[in-house]
Amino acid sequence: MDTLNILLMGFISIVIINNLVFTKFLGICPYLGVSGRIDMAFGMGLAVTFVVTLSGTLTWLIDHLILLGTPLEVTRYVCFILVIAGAVQLVEMYLRKFFPVLYESFGIFLPLITTNCAILGLCLFINLWGIDNLLEAVVLSFGAGIGFTMAICIMAGIRENLNLADVPQCLKGAPITLITAGLLTLAFMGFAGMIR
Amino acid sequence: MANNAQTPLETQGKKSLTGQTTTSLYKQTLLAGLWRENPVFRLLLGMCPTLAVTAAVKPALTMGLSVIFVLLCSNIVVSLMRKLLKPHLRILMFTLTIATFVTIADLFLKAFVPRMSETLGPYVPLIIVNCIIICRAEACASKNTLVVSIIDALGMGAGFTLTLCVLAGIREILSTGAVWEVNILPAGFVPWAAMSMPVGAFITLGLLLGLVNVTTKRNAKT
Repeated sequence: MDTLNILLMGFISIVIINNLVFTKFLGICPYLGVSGRIDMAFGMGLAVTFVVTLSGTLTWLIDHLILLGTPLEVTRYVCFILVIAGAVQLVEMYLRKFFPVLYESFGIFLPLITTNCAILGLCLFINLWGIDNLLEAVVLSFGAGIGFTMAICIMAGIRENLNLADVPQCLKGAPITLITAGLLTLAFMGFAGMIR
Repeated sequence: MANNAQTPLETQGKKSLTGQTTTSLYKQTLLAGLWRENPVFRLLLGMCPTLAVTAAVKPALTMGLSVIFVLLCSNIVVSLMRKLLKPHLRILMFTLTIATFVTIADLFLKAFVPRMSETLGPYVPLIIVNCIIICRAEACASKNTLVVSIIDALGMGAGFTLTLCVLAGIREILSTGAVWEVNILPAGFVPWAAMSMPVGAFITLGLLLGLVNVTTKRNAKT
């Protein structure tokens, strides 16, 4: 029961309170770049969720089974980025084989998941917070992906409506998106301090 | 967003073939990073560190200098090995090169400025996935000679650092009334706490981008 409680709290905390996009500024590039249409945003969110769960788990295993306590710890970042690149490659190959339509619609953004800071950021945060339990690492990674999906879908929903709004000429495009993101962050700050 | 960054430099490369002098090409490359192709304002690259470390000027400057170091080293290495690169493996090679230099920078910061390294936290290793560096490796260093790559790295790095410092300056003044931890505003000033939080980062950058758009349009008209 206690473990379940910790896991549930961890999940809610990473999805809503410590949402990577809103509080840690991770994954901003796809957040601004792919959030034009809600279906694309959702697909992107799912791909990121898959990659982040896989790489979060794998990097935790590598960190704890191989690297910790050895001089090899220096190579941590190199190992992490290799795992992420491998996971993205896997997703790419899988999608190309089984969902060619979805693969076509992602285009350049699929390989760019490698350089999505949310993924490397989460692996580093798991390391930094000293998570020493595999199950917790898996739940946190999955929660981070869900949090990202939620953030990017909300943003896409707002931007679809924003297209119809009367925005000052100089603020069109990126500036108004950033300001919207700021206001969204402000809304999500209301959750701060809900747990711990 | 990363792919629209490649065109301007390619056209520059073509210009140099059609008889432009090399020195002016170097100068152009250097200046491009500072304003015309400013990574943050014009290309919208490297947003994560831009927003995350700009609560004060000191960490912003440290971040900028680390990025210049990594950008310079990775551009040099990528430019040197550009003829050996296989197309399908090149992104992986870029990332590994960058990761190596980021590790060096991270260890250096931990050893010599431990407190700053703590403030920046995971954002130093996150330089690995900073789109500016991988974009410069792809768009410039893998196609150009060593000298051009070095100058490009310096220009882009300087442009990035300047932008970070401007943003951090605005946020630090409004959130604490100080710059570089020295008070400059009168004592009666009420700090805007929101400016040091994520909200401040997003909105300040949004308004700055709007301002840049206005000035560019005005310049284009005259």
